[in-house]
Amino acid sequence: MSESFLGRDLAVLPIDAYIDPPVPRARAIITHGHSDHARAGHGAVLATPDTIAIMKTRYGEACAGQFQALDFGVPLQVGAVTITFFPAGHILGSAQVLLEYRGERVVVTGDYKRLPDATAAAFEIVPCDLLVTEATFGLPVFQHPDPLDEIGRLIRSVAADSTRCHVIGSYALGKAQRIISLLRRAGYDAPIYLHGAMVRLCALYEERGIGLGDLRLAAEAGPEALQGGIVIAPPSALKDRWSRRLPDPVLAVASGWMSVKQRARQAGVELPLVISDHADWGELTATIADTGASRVWVTHGREDALVHYCRTQGIEAEPLALLAYDEAGDEGGEAAA
Amino acid sequence: MKAFAQLMELLALTPSRNRKLDALTRYFAETPDPDRGLALAILTGALSFRNVKPALLRDLVEREVDPVLFRLSYDFVGDLGETIALIWPHKSDSGDLPSLGALVERLSLTSKADLPGVIGALLSRASITERWALVKIATGALRIGLSARLAKTALAQMSGVELSAIEEVWHGVSPPYLPLFDWLSGRAGRPEIDPTARFHPLMLAQPIDEAKDFPKLDPADFAAEWKWDGIRVQIIASGGRVSLFSRTGDDIAAAFPDVTETIVGDGVLDGELLVGAEFTPGAFNDLQQRLNRKTPLNRHLLELPAFVRVYDVLFDGAEDVRALPWSARRARLERWFTRHPQRRLDLSPTLDFMSFEDLDAIRRRGADEQGHEGVMLKRRDAPYVPGRPAGLWYKWKRDPAMVDAVLMYAQRGHGKRSSYYSDFTFGVWREGEIVPIGKAYFGFTDAELKALDRFVRNHTIKSFGPVREVDKTLVLEVAFDSAQRSGRHKSGIALRFPRINRIRWDKPAAEAARIEDMDVFLAAP
Repeated sequence: MSESFLGRDLAVLPIDAYIDPPVPRARAIITHGHSDHARAGHGAVLATPDTIAIMKTRYGEACAGQFQALDFGVPLQVGAVTITFFPAGHILGSAQVLLEYRGERVVVTGDYKRLPDATAAAFEIVPCDLLVTEATFGLPVFQHPDPLDEIGRLIRSVAADSTRCHVIGSYALGKAQRIISLLRRAGYDAPIYLHGAMVRLCALYEERGIGLGDLRLAAEAGPEALQGGIVIAPPSALKDRWSRRLPDPVLAVASGWMSVKQRARQAGVELPLVISDHADWGELTATIADTGASRVWVTHGREDALVHYCRTQGIEAEPLALLAYDEAGDEGGEAAA
Repeated sequence: MKAFAQLMELLALTPSRNRKLDALTRYFAETPDPDRGLALAILTGALSFRNVKPALLRDLVEREVDPVLFRLSYDFVGDLGETIALIWPHKSDSGDLPSLGALVERLSLTSKADLPGVIGALLSRASITERWALVKIATGALRIGLSARLAKTALAQMSGVELSAIEEVWHGVSPPYLPLFDWLSGRAGRPEIDPTARFHPLMLAQPIDEAKDFPKLDPADFAAEWKWDGIRVQIIASGGRVSLFSRTGDDIAAAFPDVTETIVGDGVLDGELLVGAEFTPGAFNDLQQRLNRKTPLNRHLLELPAFVRVYDVLFDGAEDVRALPWSARRARLERWFTRHPQRRLDLSPTLDFMSFEDLDAIRRRGADEQGHEGVMLKRRDAPYVPGRPAGLWYKWKRDPAMVDAVLMYAQRGHGKRSSYYSDFTFGVWREGEIVPIGKAYFGFTDAELKALDRFVRNHTIKSFGPVREVDKTLVLEVAFDSAQRSGRHKSGIALRFPRINRIRWDKPAAEAARIEDMDVFLAAP
């Protein structure tokens, strides 16, 4: 396998910087704000302005030695390497990283999706020689449906029973705001009730110009208000005593994993919503073709299938085992939803 | 087809029995014939497509999808049908799927050679949820956690006809059940069915309340028998054909040919299905092994022979004797056995007693020496009344065995209990460590559940997924019906019907039971 100026641990070798490093580094390039990609304690951080705002909100102003903001599409020369961010469409601020060095173009997608999302700038194809792609949903069983159809199912289910409350298990960063935004786009303008863990990040999205409508704290609403309503809470709260305040809740979970009904059933999910912030199989394979990459490194998920696919297409491919990413907790951490 | 796919999804994902029931009721009320009858057949497992095998679907999908990618996907999803539904790579916009009726016709009538093409075209026309339903319908492996009984209960709820009346005709009607739905919707009378297909709802006993009931009862009015530890069955023999129904009206004849093929004589009999050689019942677990199979293994027929211990007769030949008093039916039954010598049926003997104190002594001795579950009391003048009539039949179970065990693990429950730790694993001491002897998830009050939940949350020492291990400090008084040796459990003991009788907040864990203390419960066969 030929070598690159990018190491298999995503070290940008000529400038001694790392992309999404799992341990503190002197120089880090951060693709987006999820905790398995953006960690506190780096020396200098290069990221989009939105990602920096998210990191500061989650970890505090002083979570890195210094921050340098870089807008999408603006090339930055660091030593002999040119760095440019392009939208990844995953969550607010999420970026793909284009690295150019001595005529070689390398793109690290970070987490991405290509379906439209009002809370994140739309994914762009960036032609390259080496593509480092995520593979969270890297199996052909993952065919994400139109998210507005899924939201339609949610709205119909809410309308069908005004005595129950729908509680959506969803990560606090990205997914929660996307669900709210989809609900608003579908014409749902009633108040949406939040678990406390959601509040800060929703406020940040609002500050960054993404309107989310009437949001209220579930803990301050009476049971009558929650009846027939929608509550958004982190998955952990649903298994906890917190959820006992909810009147006869319908457990809904919004995630790409929810397409597997047997899994939804085992998890006790009554209304699985197949809404994902990651590319499905079709998007992953289309992106590989669209970038024109002759080499692909696969990481973050089901590497085997995507590597096999690339090889059947005559594209050189190998899995990257970024072990540290797997430590983020249940099912590969928050970004895996 | 769309409506049925939605119904299947709801049934698969809704934990609440009542919501499943409402959805089924609505579906049966709103769907025209023959679709609703075919849906009923699919849900109760009464319809299968001979030529549609999982291997056929697998071949079909492997022609469309790279086999390596299919294998990796199947490994991940774990269910063949669901993998096929999710991975199907084609989507055409040629409109909706056909109605259930047209679909069933197509799957039944298409030749084996043409089936892959037909199924492929259907899959391409379907949404993902419809593909999921389609594959499940075609292969007959529903796995959506629905009992046939719930489907029949929905028919009762839809029509106002008693469930027992529906169960009575169930085995005499077949898909798409037009005469059944005509009857249920009042357009026609009750369907005429073959007598061997007619299940007669059973007469059930109520538990006796020793303090309240005995003072009002005269022992001379009652006959007594052992309470047998098998499963209740109804035998219907007519003209050389035999049906064997479980208490819920499922026909289990195919699993017990050793019983059904040896029966001589006509009639409808009520008894207990047991397993053991020479009419000596073995452990319930032996019967369980037979019940787990739709057709028996040859090995099981030799090692675990089944028989039925008969205690009542509903039809003597073709004559309905249910209105006769128990004593007359018993006399009929004894004569029936004299006329028709049996190889796999015997008569449940009656117990002689003068007073309830007498019977109590017999009951205790039977439990201690022979492991009997208890005794049944039947009024000598009682007719055979379906359901659970008051005052006619009583069960007097042996006193539950009790053990003080230590709480070890807890797991969250399902549905309404999903935020509570409500499944409790408990153990007893063995050489300085605690070994698990069982798991219980009822017996406590709501208030006790809250207290147990709080204890678990405050005393967790380790978590494994949904399971928490707790400090071994809380003693639970566990009641159970019997204990058996079991190689499957670390302690070597399995409890039957364990429930939490009391929480012993006062008792130190060191004073909980030791494994040797369990020996007394294991003495009985």
